[in-house]
Amino acid sequence: MLQMILLRGAMVGAVYASLAVGFSLIFGVARIVNLAHTAFFMLAAYMLFTATSMLGLNTFLSIVISIVLVTAVGVACYKAFLERIREHEGAVILMTVALALAFQELMLLLFSGVYRGVAPFIAGNVDIIGVTIPIQQLLIVGITAVCLLAVAAFLYWTNLGLAVRVTAQDKEVTNLMGINGNKTAMISMALAVALAAVAGAVVAPTYVVNPYMWAHPLVMMFAAVILGGLGSMKGSFIAAFILGYVEVLVVFLIPEGSFIKGAVALAIVVVILFLRPEGLFGVTFEEERL
Amino acid sequence: MIRGLYKAFQGNIMAIPGRAMAFFCLLLLCFVPLVTQEPYILLVLIFVNVFAIYAASWDVLAGFTGQFNMGQGALFAIAAYTAAILSRDLGWVPWATIPCGALVAMLAGFIIAIPSMRLRGTYFTLVSLTFPLILAGIVLVFVDFTGGEKGISGVSALCQSRVAAYYTTFIVMVASVLAMWKFTDARSSLIRTGLAFRAIQEDEISARCSGIDTTRYKLAAFGVSAFFAGISGGLYVHVMRVAGPMMLDLLWSFSPIIWTIFGGMGTIGGAVTGVFVLYPVMELLRVIPELRMFVYACLVVLIILFMPEGIVPWARDKIEKQCPRCKLINAMSRQECRACGAHLHTERKKLETVKD
Repeated sequence: MLQMILLRGAMVGAVYASLAVGFSLIFGVARIVNLAHTAFFMLAAYMLFTATSMLGLNTFLSIVISIVLVTAVGVACYKAFLERIREHEGAVILMTVALALAFQELMLLLFSGVYRGVAPFIAGNVDIIGVTIPIQQLLIVGITAVCLLAVAAFLYWTNLGLAVRVTAQDKEVTNLMGINGNKTAMISMALAVALAAVAGAVVAPTYVVNPYMWAHPLVMMFAAVILGGLGSMKGSFIAAFILGYVEVLVVFLIPEGSFIKGAVALAIVVVILFLRPEGLFGVTFEEERL
Repeated sequence: MIRGLYKAFQGNIMAIPGRAMAFFCLLLLCFVPLVTQEPYILLVLIFVNVFAIYAASWDVLAGFTGQFNMGQGALFAIAAYTAAILSRDLGWVPWATIPCGALVAMLAGFIIAIPSMRLRGTYFTLVSLTFPLILAGIVLVFVDFTGGEKGISGVSALCQSRVAAYYTTFIVMVASVLAMWKFTDARSSLIRTGLAFRAIQEDEISARCSGIDTTRYKLAAFGVSAFFAGISGGLYVHVMRVAGPMMLDLLWSFSPIIWTIFGGMGTIGGAVTGVFVLYPVMELLRVIPELRMFVYACLVVLIILFMPEGIVPWARDKIEKQCPRCKLINAMSRQECRACGAHLHTERKKLETVKD
């Protein structure tokens, strides 16, 4: 039981973490509240389904193809729809909602509402610390961890990553230093969507792939981002694991817990915000402070 | 006295193109049941009336105090469930259940307002999204009381006939929208709240320095917004005669945002216009059921892309012109202000003199 909770929580947390870190990144750099973030997660799952089940491509190739394609779609959406309305906060939120809905309906049209499944990358089970779990679940933790590390390495060890980080700190001054704000925003959008796509591709075998699968992760990702503090990627990462474990604990310990797993996690977020309005690791920005 | 009223009507409504148009549209809506009694058309119009209140209530909060509430559906649902339970268990009539539901929603609005006073901007936006979802969890846990997934059925009907229901919702809609508009109108001489909201919106720190208790005004906006969301929730539940957890879906909370931003934020009229345009469009799209949501989403995308301000401010800039001297609103066609006689189109005049 305890080992099961530990492993399941790590898996759920890893998925939320890769979503939340991407969302945090694009919010920090471009101030875009991207409600379509998990729609890209869903798109990746569907692309993987198309590539493996319908086209019969090999698993590794189809993962790469789906991630690349979804990232391209994400960047195209940013270029076509979001870049020119970035200044209107309300319009951006609405635009991303509309985009998410459009993707959902498009998937509904193309694949109908039937629940789809994707075969695990590596079939079989493995015994760890006394419990048997599918290898796929370990892969989820492993692959997301590698991707998050890669993003961290990019942000901290390259010049482009430095540009992204300073844009998140102060947009005006960064512009004065000769860094192209639109370009860094686009790069962070690409990174964020790629992270979401990775998450979508690796969880596809354990999820039921359907056009509405973006709603629950969206809410949990939101909760993680608020709990961790907006704009703090470290905070999002830690909060995602906290919420992942809370969700798993509720499902395991409370009868009919899966009905209220979301509500309990969100209630915890609200309670913590009462005590600490800026989240666990939040930073208040100069222009937003009052 | 009648002459005085007529003069006020001339000066305050007919002289301003936007208001005159709104007035004529409302006048037309009064006569709809005379033209057609088709139950389906009336039902659509009833829902338009109900959702116009809902969208406007969201606009009171978001457009005027900048609190971008993404959980308006929670307030709507609280009122709807309260009205439904009162009607089912106690057998109260709609005239009692709707105000009670609205008052409960108002109370809930104040409870939501407490965290919002501590959270700023995007934080509040994200937190507000969680309220309907938490409520959905509660609804699913207390199945005996709330009916769980199935909801509460057996709510009494609003009126006996559909025409009566249409007129009831229409009158309530006009009264609520006028009340909300007065409440937020910066030029109003009746009530000063609109002016305070305008000041808070422009610069909150300066407003506070000028002695405006910003917290209290925001609380008031929360209360009013929640109250009218509750009114629309109560009306809805008595029209549909069912209260269900679909009111707590994300889309239910996003709908007023879509309508309002489409119509134009910060103008109560924009929210109402948005509903009156988009809701029937949504109904028309039922002829292509599979493509309906997709077309709707694409429509929203295109509108935001080309009119991020919304259609009402966009149209208003085309037909109205504020007098540069006395700030009175004039029709675009006028050359001189109707009160002080100042030239209205000074910029254009200047260009011509340069050419000469």
